[in-house]
Amino acid sequence: MVINFPYQGSDFDSCDEFVERHDADFLTRLLYSMLRIRRIEEAIEGKYHEDQMKTPIHLVIGQEAASVGACSALRESDILYCGHRTHGAYLAKGGDLKGMLSEFFCRLNGCAGSRGGSMHLLDKSVGMAGSSAIVAGAVPIATGAALSAQLRGDDYVSCVFLGDAATEEGAVWESLNFAALKKLPIIYFCENNFFSVCTPLEERQPAGVAIYKKAAAFGLHSVQVDGSNVLKVNEAVADAVARARRGEGPSFIEAEVYRWRGHGGAGDDSHTGYRDPAEVAYWQKHCPVEGYADFLQQQGVLNALQRAAMEQQISDEISEAFLHAEKSPNPRKEDLYTHAYCD
Amino acid sequence: MPWAEAFIKSQPSHTTAPGAARELSYTEALNEALTLAMALDPHVFLLGQGVDDPSSMFGVTKGLAEQFGSPRVFDTPLSEEGLTGICTGAAMHGLRPVYCHNRPDFLLLAFNQIVNHASKIHYMDNGLSRVPMVIWSAIGRGWGSGAQHSQAIQGLLMSVPGLKIVMPSTPYDAKGLMLAAIADNNPVLIFEHRWLMKQQGAVPEGIYKVPIGKGVYRERGTDLSIIGTSHALALAQQALASLKEQGISADAVDLRTLKPLDHEIILESVKKTGRALIVDTGWAMGGACAEIGCVIAENCPQILKAPIKRIGLPDLPTPAGHTLEQLYYPSEETMVAAILELVDK
Ligand SMILES: Cc1ncc(C[n+]2csc(CCOP(=O)(O)OP(=O)(O)O)c2C)c(N)n1
Repeated sequence: MVINFPYQGSDFDSCDEFVERHDADFLTRLLYSMLRIRRIEEAIEGKYHEDQMKTPIHLVIGQEAASVGACSALRESDILYCGHRTHGAYLAKGGDLKGMLSEFFCRLNGCAGSRGGSMHLLDKSVGMAGSSAIVAGAVPIATGAALSAQLRGDDYVSCVFLGDAATEEGAVWESLNFAALKKLPIIYFCENNFFSVCTPLEERQPAGVAIYKKAAAFGLHSVQVDGSNVLKVNEAVADAVARARRGEGPSFIEAEVYRWRGHGGAGDDSHTGYRDPAEVAYWQKHCPVEGYADFLQQQGVLNALQRAAMEQQISDEISEAFLHAEKSPNPRKEDLYTHAYCD
Repeated sequence: MPWAEAFIKSQPSHTTAPGAARELSYTEALNEALTLAMALDPHVFLLGQGVDDPSSMFGVTKGLAEQFGSPRVFDTPLSEEGLTGICTGAAMHGLRPVYCHNRPDFLLLAFNQIVNHASKIHYMDNGLSRVPMVIWSAIGRGWGSGAQHSQAIQGLLMSVPGLKIVMPSTPYDAKGLMLAAIADNNPVLIFEHRWLMKQQGAVPEGIYKVPIGKGVYRERGTDLSIIGTSHALALAQQALASLKEQGISADAVDLRTLKPLDHEIILESVKKTGRALIVDTGWAMGGACAEIGCVIAENCPQILKAPIKRIGLPDLPTPAGHTLEQLYYPSEETMVAAILELVDK
């Protein structure tokens, strides 16, 4: 059994204080939000082979605590960008499930009108401003959103999700340098899941150089958090948001997470040999969703009945949203030609 | 859009009588355009390497930092890709950036953000996001600028949907097209030419726009159509002037904009003259010359009295040395020879 990337966190061992600090409603909403993402992703994965969703998917299963922890620290009016792994960010920021599934089914009423597919989800009404299929492409763009907030005097904070591999692109460091120089209200939220498609971190970046330390060297407030712990992620991002709103400039947060599924498509591809399947199983023991649910039950914040009700509510919503997407109309020929330019 | 409303209110200033127009240099005209746009709309901001230093982008950005303050006019780190993306994001969130570069060569570092992002966002987002931004750069030529400081890369970008490409050739156009570009809600690239910057010309006061996507006749004639933009067209016009005594006259069509390309004026002129000489400051292969030639070939091959001719740069990098450079760039003589060959047929 080869565990290349061990879990470095402490599960929920030292999290009692969070229960004192937050009300039960907030704490259970975090669970609901993660569980909803998990079940939606499972449902997408379960139907992907039917070939109705003709869009490349990048599942976020295993990384839910990062999506929810980060977005729960943002206001609806805060701006979020992300890379190709969009589903978690979109849902956690409040994106519309029907709009998302219609997009996957290539329907006219998809959240991007069938122009974007899974890699370009957006819902501007809740601040989910866009996503890029070019690794690191959204990082400067989110930085520009922060520049706009600063120059216009808007009080939103910009946040961008990026992967560990994105930090191998120069544009990220150009953006960090500029954001630190101008003290922009932005949070760079790096989900380090140790892989870029099938290439592990040690084949891409020199050993012993932590990503968040590079960001610190660029002059950003920079921390590393347990990305499987929704409470710790929320705390780190909330702190960064507060700094940004106080005019103290950008932050970089490296959340260590683990991708349970393959890079793209359905299923776990670890049998192909790029990682030991045992490593996946090992991380599944530190499940961000179940681990947190257990913690809430131990703390007396959640009971079995409430948990079951959550499952039911989520399952009903998912069925309805799939039905909506499946029955929605396809785009027409004339839709192809609109929006190349605007007036 | 606040920009459009303010623009409409300020329209009458365009009515300067032609004879009474002031003369401004090309760079003064650009400077005036930027000053007016920034005064009109607080969302317009200007950035670029050295925009606030003494040379101020050939003088184009002179005094702007003092007038509008450093948050709106700022020098940049050397981060062309990053800052192009930052401009894109800023534009998506209500600002109107004008990003100035000394040379188009540096845009190549920003191709990812220009081609993969800025140009496509409006389409990918189903019309929800807009990217009103201007990227300005000045083509260099001569003085040993060489392979990496003289490139005219408009041809590389012509095939990218969602972009607009502007190539002003007179001070009047430089101001009017800059104002039009800033007012436009799409990403607009402006390619200037260093050799045009010395000229003086009539420039009305106040705000006026030269429409993007519409060409003009600089001259009217009967023997052939000379079609192009920027310094290449200016050179062709010089060649034409030297042929006046020989009784040769031509339409000189200044397209002003390469994208969208004004098919109407190209075809109108060529249908009249039956002969076309296409000129560009960039490589002849696969760029503006090739595209314009194809538009003619596709639309009116039967009226051509002679094969289409194009004059751009040879399929080579630019040599730095003076002697080689003289051989590399088309000259007035090259243009004269091409015109004579075309009309003799
Ligand atoms: C600039 C660029 N290079 C390569 C790719 C191909 N690609 C798509 S996703 C990906 C892996 C990115 O890994 P990371 O940024 O860590 O995000 P993750 O997939 O792990 O969430 C690669 C290499 C791309 N889309 N863009």
